[in-house]
Amino acid sequence: MVHRLFIFLIAGWSGFFVMAIELLSGRILAPNFGNSIYVWGGIITVFMLALSVGYLLGGRLSLYDPTLRRLALLLIGGAFATVLVIFLADPVLDWVFDRVQDPRYGSLLSATLLFFIPTTVAGMISPYAVRLLVNESRLSGHFAGLLYFCSTFGSAAGTLLTSFYLVLYFEIHQILAGLTGISLLLGLAAIFLGNFKNAPR
Amino acid sequence: MRQGNRLKTLLALFASFVTTPSVAMTLIHTEKSLYRNIVVYEEDEQRCMSFTRHNQTARQTCRSLSDPNQFVFSYTKMMMGALYLNPNPGKILIVGLGGGVLPMALAELVPDAGIDIVEIDPAVVKVARQFFGFNPNPKIRVFEEDGRVFVKRAGKADQRYDLIMLDAFDHEYIPEHLLTREFLLEVKALLAADGILAANTFSSSRLYHHESTTYQSVFGVFYNLRLKLKNRVILAKMDGLPSLDAIQRNAGLLEEKLKPLGFGGDWLVPLFSTERDWNPDARILTDQYSPSNLLNSAF
Repeated sequence: MVHRLFIFLIAGWSGFFVMAIELLSGRILAPNFGNSIYVWGGIITVFMLALSVGYLLGGRLSLYDPTLRRLALLLIGGAFATVLVIFLADPVLDWVFDRVQDPRYGSLLSATLLFFIPTTVAGMISPYAVRLLVNESRLSGHFAGLLYFCSTFGSAAGTLLTSFYLVLYFEIHQILAGLTGISLLLGLAAIFLGNFKNAPR
Repeated sequence: MRQGNRLKTLLALFASFVTTPSVAMTLIHTEKSLYRNIVVYEEDEQRCMSFTRHNQTARQTCRSLSDPNQFVFSYTKMMMGALYLNPNPGKILIVGLGGGVLPMALAELVPDAGIDIVEIDPAVVKVARQFFGFNPNPKIRVFEEDGRVFVKRAGKADQRYDLIMLDAFDHEYIPEHLLTREFLLEVKALLAADGILAANTFSSSRLYHHESTTYQSVFGVFYNLRLKLKNRVILAKMDGLPSLDAIQRNAGLLEEKLKPLGFGGDWLVPLFSTERDWNPDARILTDQYSPSNLLNSAF
Protein backbone atom coordinates (compact mmCIF):
# COMPACT_ATOMS: atom_id res chain seq x y z
CA MET A 1 0.00 0.00 0.00
CA VAL A 2 2.78 2.41 0.94
CA HIS A 3 4.52 1.49 -2.30
CA ARG A 4 1.43 2.24 -4.33
CA LEU A 5 1.01 5.63 -2.68
CA PHE A 6 4.62 6.38 -3.33
CA ILE A 7 4.35 5.51 -7.01
CA PHE A 8 1.40 7.90 -7.30
CA LEU A 9 3.38 10.53 -5.46
CA ILE A 10 6.28 10.17 -7.87
CA ALA A 11 3.94 10.43 -10.86
CA GLY A 12 2.30 13.54 -9.39
CA TRP A 13 5.66 15.11 -8.63
CA SER A 14 6.91 14.34 -12.10
CA GLY A 15 3.90 16.18 -13.56
CA PHE A 16 4.61 19.14 -11.26
CA PHE A 17 8.27 19.09 -12.24
CA VAL A 18 7.67 19.13 -16.00
CA MET A 19 5.29 22.08 -15.95
CA ALA A 20 7.43 24.09 -13.54
CA ILE A 21 10.44 23.58 -15.84
CA GLU A 22 8.37 24.43 -18.91
CA LEU A 23 7.27 27.75 -17.45
CA LEU A 24 10.79 28.59 -16.32
CA SER A 25 12.15 27.71 -19.74
CA GLY A 26 10.15 30.63 -21.14
CA ARG A 27 11.96 32.88 -18.69
CA ILE A 28 15.32 31.34 -19.50
CA LEU A 29 14.89 31.86 -23.26
CA ALA A 30 13.41 35.39 -23.10
CA PRO A 31 16.70 37.34 -22.76
CA ASN A 32 17.93 35.88 -26.06
CA PHE A 33 14.79 35.26 -28.05
CA GLY A 34 12.07 37.41 -26.47
CA ASN A 35 8.78 36.05 -25.24
CA SER A 36 6.69 36.28 -28.36
CA ILE A 37 4.08 33.66 -29.11
CA TYR A 38 6.51 31.76 -31.32
CA VAL A 39 9.00 31.39 -28.49
CA TRP A 40 6.28 29.72 -26.44
CA GLY A 41 5.32 27.72 -29.52
CA GLY A 42 8.89 26.41 -29.77
CA ILE A 43 9.02 25.56 -26.09
CA ILE A 44 5.69 23.74 -26.01
CA THR A 45 6.60 21.81 -29.16
CA VAL A 46 9.84 20.60 -27.62
CA PHE A 47 8.18 19.61 -24.35
CA MET A 48 5.37 17.72 -26.12
CA LEU A 49 7.83 15.92 -28.40
CA ALA A 50 10.08 15.03 -25.49
CA LEU A 51 7.16 13.72 -23.45
CA SER A 52 5.93 11.62 -26.38
CA VAL A 53 9.35 10.08 -26.79
CA GLY A 54 9.56 9.58 -23.03
CA TYR A 55 6.23 7.71 -22.96
CA LEU A 56 7.49 5.44 -25.70
CA LEU A 57 10.79 4.73 -23.97
CA GLY A 58 9.25 4.36 -20.51
CA GLY A 59 6.71 1.84 -21.75
CA ARG A 60 9.40 -0.08 -23.53
CA LEU A 61 11.69 -0.07 -20.51
CA SER A 62 8.90 -1.44 -18.33
CA LEU A 63 9.11 -4.72 -20.25
CA TYR A 64 12.43 -5.52 -18.64
CA ASP A 65 12.35 -6.39 -14.96
CA PRO A 66 10.48 -3.31 -13.70
CA THR A 67 11.20 -2.24 -10.10
CA LEU A 68 10.43 0.71 -7.87
CA ARG A 69 14.16 1.19 -7.55
CA ARG A 70 14.52 1.73 -11.28
CA LEU A 71 11.61 4.15 -11.29
CA ALA A 72 13.48 6.07 -8.59
CA LEU A 73 16.61 6.07 -10.76
CA LEU A 74 14.61 7.64 -13.61
CA LEU A 75 13.50 10.39 -11.25
CA ILE A 76 17.05 11.01 -10.11
CA GLY A 77 18.36 10.92 -13.68
CA GLY A 78 15.82 13.57 -14.73
CA ALA A 79 16.90 15.71 -11.80
CA PHE A 80 20.54 15.56 -12.86
CA ALA A 81 19.67 16.44 -16.45
CA THR A 82 17.79 19.47 -15.10
CA VAL A 83 20.54 20.70 -12.82
CA LEU A 84 22.78 20.84 -15.91
CA VAL A 85 20.47 23.53 -17.29
CA ILE A 86 21.66 25.88 -14.52
CA PHE A 87 25.22 25.67 -15.81
CA LEU A 88 24.63 25.18 -19.53
CA ALA A 89 21.85 27.70 -20.18
CA ASP A 90 23.98 30.81 -20.77
CA PRO A 91 26.67 29.26 -23.00
CA VAL A 92 24.10 27.27 -25.00
CA LEU A 93 21.80 30.28 -25.49
CA ASP A 94 24.68 32.51 -26.57
CA TRP A 95 25.99 29.84 -28.90
CA VAL A 96 22.61 29.48 -30.59
CA PHE A 97 22.03 33.27 -30.63
CA ASP A 98 25.25 33.78 -32.59
CA ARG A 99 24.34 31.14 -35.15
CA VAL A 100 20.59 31.36 -35.66
CA GLN A 101 19.15 34.73 -36.70
CA ASP A 102 15.48 33.83 -36.68
CA PRO A 103 14.22 33.79 -33.06
CA ARG A 104 11.68 31.09 -33.95
CA TYR A 105 14.32 28.54 -34.83
CA GLY A 106 16.67 29.92 -32.22
CA SER A 107 14.19 29.25 -29.46
CA LEU A 108 13.25 25.87 -30.91
CA LEU A 109 16.88 24.78 -31.06
CA SER A 110 17.72 26.16 -27.61
CA ALA A 111 14.71 24.51 -26.02
CA THR A 112 15.71 21.22 -27.65
CA LEU A 113 19.31 21.40 -26.46
CA LEU A 114 18.42 22.38 -22.91
CA PHE A 115 15.12 20.69 -22.13
CA PHE A 116 14.63 17.71 -24.41
CA ILE A 117 16.54 15.21 -22.29
CA PRO A 118 15.16 16.14 -18.84
CA THR A 119 11.61 16.19 -20.23
CA THR A 120 12.03 12.88 -22.03
CA VAL A 121 13.20 11.25 -18.80
CA ALA A 122 10.26 12.80 -16.93
CA GLY A 123 7.92 11.38 -19.58
CA MET A 124 9.26 7.86 -19.01
CA ILE A 125 7.93 7.85 -15.47
CA SER A 126 4.18 7.52 -16.09
CA PRO A 127 4.08 4.40 -18.28
CA TYR A 128 6.74 2.77 -16.14
CA ALA A 129 4.69 3.54 -13.03
CA VAL A 130 1.57 1.99 -14.61
CA ARG A 131 3.47 -1.25 -15.03
CA LEU A 132 4.44 -1.25 -11.35
CA LEU A 133 0.87 -0.63 -10.25
CA VAL A 134 -1.00 -3.13 -12.42
CA ASN A 135 -0.97 -6.77 -11.46
CA GLU A 136 -4.15 -7.91 -13.17
CA SER A 137 -5.37 -6.72 -16.53
CA ARG A 138 -8.93 -6.17 -15.20
CA LEU A 139 -7.58 -3.25 -13.10
CA SER A 140 -5.24 -1.79 -15.70
CA GLY A 141 -7.64 0.96 -16.81
CA HIS A 142 -8.42 1.84 -13.21
CA PHE A 143 -4.77 2.28 -12.31
CA ALA A 144 -3.93 4.05 -15.52
CA GLY A 145 -6.76 6.49 -14.80
CA LEU A 146 -5.56 7.11 -11.25
CA LEU A 147 -2.06 7.65 -12.50
CA TYR A 148 -3.09 10.13 -15.20
CA PHE A 149 -5.06 11.91 -12.52
CA CYS A 150 -2.04 12.24 -10.24
CA SER A 151 0.35 13.20 -12.99
CA THR A 152 -1.91 15.80 -14.60
CA PHE A 153 -3.07 17.16 -11.25
CA GLY A 154 0.61 17.57 -10.39
CA SER A 155 1.11 19.43 -13.67
CA ALA A 156 -1.72 21.82 -12.81
CA ALA A 157 -0.23 22.44 -9.38
CA GLY A 158 3.25 22.97 -10.83
CA THR A 159 1.94 25.48 -13.35
CA LEU A 160 -0.01 27.47 -10.80
CA LEU A 161 2.53 27.52 -8.00
CA THR A 162 5.41 28.42 -10.29
CA SER A 163 3.72 31.22 -12.18
CA PHE A 164 1.75 32.72 -9.29
CA TYR A 165 4.16 32.39 -6.39
CA LEU A 166 7.57 30.82 -6.92
CA VAL A 167 8.76 33.46 -9.42
CA LEU A 168 7.70 36.17 -6.98
CA TYR A 169 9.97 34.92 -4.21
CA PHE A 170 12.84 33.04 -5.83
CA GLU A 171 15.36 33.31 -8.64
CA ILE A 172 15.01 30.91 -11.55
CA HIS A 173 18.11 28.98 -10.57
CA GLN A 174 16.91 28.68 -6.99
CA ILE A 175 13.62 27.22 -8.20
CA LEU A 176 15.44 24.80 -10.51
CA ALA A 177 17.71 23.73 -7.66
CA GLY A 178 14.72 23.28 -5.36
CA LEU A 179 12.87 21.15 -7.91
CA THR A 180 15.97 19.03 -8.42
CA GLY A 181 16.41 18.63 -4.67
CA ILE A 182 12.85 17.40 -4.17
CA SER A 183 13.28 14.92 -7.04
CA LEU A 184 16.47 13.62 -5.43
CA LEU A 185 14.82 13.22 -2.02
CA LEU A 186 11.81 11.44 -3.50
CA GLY A 187 14.10 9.21 -5.55
CA LEU A 188 16.24 8.28 -2.57
CA ALA A 189 13.17 7.57 -0.47
CA ALA A 190 11.82 5.32 -3.24
CA ILE A 191 15.11 3.42 -3.43
CA PHE A 192 14.94 2.93 0.32
CA LEU A 193 11.36 1.67 0.07
CA GLY A 194 12.23 -0.49 -2.92
CA ASN A 195 14.66 -2.48 -0.80
CA PHE A 196 11.83 -4.01 1.23
CA LYS A 197 10.73 -7.49 0.29
CA ASN A 198 7.18 -6.69 -0.68
CA ALA A 199 8.23 -3.98 -3.13
CA PRO A 200 6.56 -4.19 -6.54
CA ARG A 201 8.30 -6.69 -8.77
CA MET B 1 -29.37 31.64 -13.04
CA ARG B 2 -25.79 32.66 -12.37
CA GLN B 3 -25.00 31.69 -15.91
CA GLY B 4 -27.79 33.96 -17.12
CA ASN B 5 -26.50 36.89 -15.09
CA ARG B 6 -23.03 36.39 -16.34
CA LEU B 7 -24.29 36.29 -19.90
CA LYS B 8 -26.19 39.52 -19.33
CA THR B 9 -23.10 41.20 -17.92
CA LEU B 10 -21.05 40.04 -20.86
CA LEU B 11 -23.65 41.29 -23.30
CA ALA B 12 -23.78 44.62 -21.53
CA LEU B 13 -20.00 44.90 -21.63
CA PHE B 14 -19.98 43.97 -25.27
CA ALA B 15 -22.72 46.48 -26.04
CA SER B 16 -20.89 49.22 -24.17
CA PHE B 17 -17.85 48.40 -26.22
CA VAL B 18 -19.31 48.31 -29.73
CA THR B 19 -21.67 51.19 -29.22
CA THR B 20 -20.38 54.45 -27.86
CA PRO B 21 -19.64 54.55 -24.13
CA SER B 22 -19.07 58.28 -24.07
CA VAL B 23 -21.10 60.81 -25.93
CA ALA B 24 -19.02 61.41 -28.97
CA MET B 25 -16.73 58.45 -29.47
CA THR B 26 -16.48 57.15 -33.00
CA LEU B 27 -14.92 53.84 -33.75
CA ILE B 28 -12.57 54.23 -36.72
CA HIS B 29 -10.84 50.91 -37.01
CA THR B 30 -10.14 47.67 -35.20
CA GLU B 31 -7.23 45.37 -35.81
CA LYS B 32 -6.51 41.99 -34.30
CA SER B 33 -2.91 40.98 -33.84
CA LEU B 34 -1.06 38.10 -32.28
CA TYR B 35 -0.69 40.14 -29.13
CA ARG B 36 -3.79 42.22 -28.67
CA ASN B 37 -6.81 43.92 -30.13
CA ILE B 38 -6.03 47.36 -31.40
CA VAL B 39 -8.81 49.91 -31.52
CA VAL B 40 -8.63 53.30 -33.22
CA TYR B 41 -11.29 55.77 -32.24
CA GLU B 42 -11.99 59.47 -32.24
CA GLU B 43 -13.22 61.40 -29.27
CA ASP B 44 -13.06 65.06 -28.17
CA GLU B 45 -11.12 66.16 -31.23
CA GLN B 46 -8.57 63.43 -30.66
CA ARG B 47 -7.76 60.25 -32.49
CA CYS B 48 -6.52 57.53 -30.18
CA MET B 49 -5.02 54.07 -30.47
CA SER B 50 -5.81 51.77 -27.62
CA PHE B 51 -5.12 48.16 -26.77
CA THR B 52 -8.02 46.31 -25.24
CA ARG B 53 -7.42 43.93 -22.42
CA HIS B 54 -10.10 42.35 -20.23
CA ASN B 55 -12.71 44.75 -21.56
CA GLN B 56 -10.69 47.70 -20.39
CA THR B 57 -8.91 49.93 -22.79
CA ALA B 58 -5.45 51.27 -22.35
CA ARG B 59 -4.81 54.31 -24.49
CA GLN B 60 -1.45 54.02 -26.19
CA THR B 61 -1.39 57.07 -28.39
CA CYS B 62 -3.60 60.03 -29.06
CA ARG B 63 -3.22 62.72 -31.67
CA SER B 64 -5.05 65.97 -31.62
CA LEU B 65 -7.14 66.28 -34.80
CA SER B 66 -7.24 70.06 -34.75
CA ASP B 67 -3.51 70.44 -34.06
CA PRO B 68 -1.75 67.19 -35.00
CA ASN B 69 1.66 68.42 -33.88
CA GLN B 70 0.57 69.02 -30.33
CA PHE B 71 1.34 66.28 -27.84
CA VAL B 72 -1.70 64.95 -26.02
CA PHE B 73 0.01 62.89 -23.33
CA SER B 74 2.21 64.29 -20.60
CA TYR B 75 4.60 61.38 -20.82
CA THR B 76 5.54 62.11 -24.44
CA LYS B 77 6.37 65.68 -23.40
CA MET B 78 8.42 64.32 -20.52
CA MET B 79 10.28 61.95 -22.88
CA MET B 80 11.27 64.98 -24.95
CA GLY B 81 13.11 66.12 -21.84
CA ALA B 82 15.87 63.88 -23.17
CA LEU B 83 16.70 66.70 -25.58
CA TYR B 84 17.49 68.93 -22.60
CA LEU B 85 20.37 66.54 -21.89
CA ASN B 86 21.53 66.52 -25.50
CA PRO B 87 19.69 68.80 -27.96
CA ASN B 88 21.20 67.16 -31.02
CA PRO B 89 21.41 63.34 -30.93
CA GLY B 90 22.74 61.87 -34.20
CA LYS B 91 21.42 58.33 -33.86
CA ILE B 92 18.26 57.48 -31.96
CA LEU B 93 16.75 54.13 -30.99
CA ILE B 94 13.16 53.87 -29.81
CA VAL B 95 11.87 50.59 -28.33
CA GLY B 96 8.09 50.49 -28.74
CA LEU B 97 6.32 52.40 -31.53
CA GLY B 98 2.75 53.04 -30.40
CA GLY B 99 1.26 55.53 -32.87
CA GLY B 100 4.70 56.81 -33.83
CA VAL B 101 4.23 60.17 -32.14
CA LEU B 102 7.70 60.23 -30.60
CA PRO B 103 9.70 59.35 -33.74
CA MET B 104 7.71 61.73 -35.94
CA ALA B 105 8.24 64.59 -33.50
CA LEU B 106 11.94 63.78 -33.16
CA ALA B 107 12.31 63.70 -36.95
CA GLU B 108 10.92 67.27 -37.04
CA LEU B 109 13.03 68.52 -34.16
CA VAL B 110 16.29 66.80 -35.10
CA PRO B 111 16.05 66.50 -38.90
CA ASP B 112 19.55 65.09 -39.28
CA ALA B 113 19.02 62.24 -36.84
CA GLY B 114 18.77 58.63 -37.98
CA ILE B 115 15.95 56.99 -36.05
CA ASP B 116 15.62 53.24 -35.55
CA ILE B 117 12.43 51.90 -34.01
CA VAL B 118 11.82 48.39 -32.71
CA GLU B 119 8.21 47.27 -32.47
CA ILE B 120 7.23 43.69 -31.78
CA ASP B 121 3.75 43.90 -33.26
CA PRO B 122 3.44 44.34 -37.05
CA ALA B 123 -0.21 45.28 -36.57
CA VAL B 124 0.81 48.31 -34.47
CA VAL B 125 3.14 49.43 -37.27
CA LYS B 126 0.33 49.04 -39.79
CA VAL B 127 -2.15 51.02 -37.70
CA ALA B 128 0.43 53.74 -36.96
CA ARG B 129 1.05 54.18 -40.69
CA GLN B 130 -2.59 54.08 -41.69
CA PHE B 131 -4.16 56.22 -39.00
CA PHE B 132 -1.45 58.24 -37.26
CA GLY B 133 0.61 59.58 -40.12
CA PHE B 134 3.64 57.54 -39.18
CA ASN B 135 5.85 57.48 -42.21
CA PRO B 136 9.05 55.42 -42.25
CA ASN B 137 11.76 56.43 -44.69
CA PRO B 138 15.48 55.73 -45.02
CA LYS B 139 16.10 57.93 -41.96
CA ILE B 140 13.26 56.42 -39.92
CA ARG B 141 13.52 52.66 -39.95
CA VAL B 142 11.22 50.20 -38.23
CA PHE B 143 12.32 46.75 -37.15
CA GLU B 144 9.49 44.37 -36.36
CA GLU B 145 10.98 42.23 -33.65
CA ASP B 146 11.37 41.82 -29.92
CA GLY B 147 13.21 44.76 -28.35
CA ARG B 148 15.49 42.55 -26.30
CA VAL B 149 16.57 40.55 -29.32
CA PHE B 150 17.23 43.72 -31.33
CA VAL B 151 19.28 45.31 -28.56
CA LYS B 152 21.36 42.18 -28.05
CA ARG B 153 22.09 41.85 -31.78
CA ALA B 154 22.89 45.56 -32.16
CA GLY B 155 25.28 45.25 -29.22
CA LYS B 156 27.06 42.29 -30.79
CA ALA B 157 27.34 44.29 -34.03
CA ASP B 158 29.01 47.09 -32.03
CA GLN B 159 26.43 49.73 -32.89
CA ARG B 160 26.05 52.92 -30.88
CA TYR B 161 23.16 55.30 -30.29
CA ASP B 162 23.24 58.82 -28.90
CA LEU B 163 19.74 58.52 -27.50
CA ILE B 164 17.78 55.41 -26.57
CA MET B 165 14.13 55.71 -25.64
CA LEU B 166 12.39 52.82 -23.90
CA ASP B 167 8.67 53.09 -24.45
CA ALA B 168 7.46 49.50 -24.36
CA PHE B 169 5.47 49.61 -21.13
CA ASP B 170 2.07 50.78 -20.13
CA HIS B 171 0.39 50.76 -16.74
CA GLU B 172 -1.23 47.39 -17.32
CA TYR B 173 1.39 45.22 -18.90
CA ILE B 174 5.16 45.13 -18.74
CA PRO B 175 7.31 42.89 -20.94
CA GLU B 176 9.26 41.47 -18.02
CA HIS B 177 12.44 40.75 -19.98
CA LEU B 178 12.66 44.48 -20.79
CA LEU B 179 12.81 45.48 -17.16
CA THR B 180 15.86 43.68 -15.82
CA ARG B 181 19.35 44.73 -14.87
CA GLU B 182 20.79 42.58 -17.66
CA PHE B 183 18.61 44.23 -20.31
CA LEU B 184 19.54 47.71 -19.07
CA LEU B 185 23.21 46.73 -19.18
CA GLU B 186 22.73 45.68 -22.81
CA VAL B 187 21.06 49.04 -23.50
CA LYS B 188 23.89 50.86 -21.73
CA ALA B 189 26.45 49.05 -23.88
CA LEU B 190 24.63 50.40 -26.97
CA LEU B 191 24.90 54.01 -25.82
CA ALA B 192 27.62 56.32 -27.09
CA ALA B 193 30.13 57.68 -24.56
CA ASP B 194 27.86 60.69 -23.95
CA GLY B 195 24.63 58.83 -24.78
CA ILE B 196 21.25 59.49 -23.19
CA LEU B 197 18.68 57.04 -21.90
CA ALA B 198 15.02 58.01 -21.64
CA ALA B 199 12.62 55.46 -20.21
CA ASN B 200 8.88 55.82 -19.95
CA THR B 201 7.65 53.63 -17.14
CA PHE B 202 4.20 53.79 -15.70
CA SER B 203 4.57 52.28 -12.35
CA SER B 204 2.90 53.78 -9.35
CA SER B 205 2.69 50.46 -7.51
CA ARG B 206 5.33 48.77 -5.40
CA LEU B 207 7.08 47.94 -8.67
CA TYR B 208 8.16 51.61 -8.57
CA HIS B 209 10.74 50.83 -5.90
CA HIS B 210 12.14 47.78 -7.69
CA GLU B 211 12.26 49.62 -10.99
CA SER B 212 14.10 52.52 -9.36
CA THR B 213 16.80 50.41 -7.72
CA THR B 214 17.23 48.45 -10.96
CA TYR B 215 17.77 51.58 -13.08
CA GLN B 216 20.01 53.08 -10.45
CA SER B 217 22.16 49.95 -10.28
CA VAL B 218 22.90 50.33 -13.99
CA PHE B 219 22.85 54.08 -14.66
CA GLY B 220 23.65 55.60 -11.28
CA VAL B 221 21.95 58.90 -10.46
CA PHE B 222 19.21 59.85 -12.92
CA TYR B 223 16.66 62.61 -13.40
CA ASN B 224 13.33 61.30 -12.23
CA LEU B 225 10.38 63.09 -13.82
CA ARG B 226 7.11 62.34 -12.08
CA LEU B 227 3.67 63.72 -12.65
CA LYS B 228 0.57 63.03 -10.59
CA LEU B 229 2.04 59.71 -9.37
CA LYS B 230 1.10 58.16 -12.70
CA ASN B 231 3.60 59.15 -15.31
CA ARG B 232 7.23 58.58 -14.75
CA VAL B 233 10.15 59.21 -17.07
CA ILE B 234 13.74 58.33 -16.21
CA LEU B 235 16.51 60.32 -17.89
CA ALA B 236 20.15 59.28 -17.54
CA LYS B 237 23.39 60.23 -19.26
CA MET B 238 26.41 58.02 -19.74
CA ASP B 239 29.09 60.60 -18.88
CA GLY B 240 27.32 62.04 -15.86
CA LEU B 241 24.12 63.96 -15.34
CA PRO B 242 24.20 67.61 -16.52
CA SER B 243 23.41 70.19 -13.85
CA LEU B 244 20.00 71.82 -13.63
CA ASP B 245 21.63 74.99 -14.94
CA ALA B 246 22.70 73.16 -18.09
CA ILE B 247 19.18 71.71 -18.39
CA GLN B 248 17.73 75.19 -18.06
CA ARG B 249 20.11 76.49 -20.75
CA ASN B 250 19.19 73.74 -23.22
CA ALA B 251 15.52 74.28 -22.45
CA GLY B 252 15.98 77.91 -23.46
CA LEU B 253 17.63 76.90 -26.73
CA LEU B 254 14.81 74.47 -27.54
CA GLU B 255 11.95 76.66 -26.40
CA GLU B 256 10.83 77.80 -29.87
CA LYS B 257 11.19 74.33 -31.40
CA LEU B 258 9.18 72.64 -28.69
CA LYS B 259 6.39 75.21 -28.60
CA PRO B 260 4.33 73.59 -31.39
CA LEU B 261 4.27 70.40 -29.31
CA GLY B 262 2.35 72.26 -26.66
CA PHE B 263 4.81 72.74 -23.82
CA GLY B 264 7.93 74.56 -22.80
CA GLY B 265 10.68 74.70 -20.25
CA ASP B 266 8.49 76.42 -17.66
CA TRP B 267 6.39 73.27 -17.49
CA LEU B 268 9.05 70.61 -18.01
CA VAL B 269 12.16 71.85 -16.18
CA PRO B 270 10.53 71.92 -12.71
CA LEU B 271 9.80 68.20 -13.09
CA PHE B 272 13.53 67.40 -13.20
CA SER B 273 14.52 65.92 -9.88
CA THR B 274 17.27 63.70 -8.55
CA GLU B 275 15.56 63.22 -5.22
CA ARG B 276 15.27 59.60 -4.16
CA ASP B 277 11.65 58.82 -3.35
CA TRP B 278 11.88 55.04 -3.33
CA ASN B 279 12.98 52.34 -0.96
CA PRO B 280 16.71 51.78 -1.65
CA ASP B 281 16.47 48.20 -0.36
CA ALA B 282 13.92 47.09 -2.94
CA ARG B 283 15.16 43.95 -4.66
CA ILE B 284 16.82 44.61 -8.02
CA LEU B 285 15.05 43.01 -10.98
CA THR B 286 17.21 40.58 -12.95
CA ASP B 287 16.75 37.92 -15.62
CA GLN B 288 16.68 35.53 -12.67
CA TYR B 289 14.09 37.53 -10.74
CA SER B 290 11.61 39.56 -12.78
CA PRO B 291 8.01 39.21 -11.55
CA SER B 292 7.28 42.78 -12.71
CA ASN B 293 3.63 42.26 -13.52
CA LEU B 294 2.98 40.56 -10.19
CA LEU B 295 4.75 43.42 -8.39
CA ASN B 296 2.73 45.89 -10.44
CA SER B 297 -0.61 44.36 -9.55
CA ALA B 298 -2.56 45.65 -6.61
CA PHE B 299 -2.05 42.58 -4.45
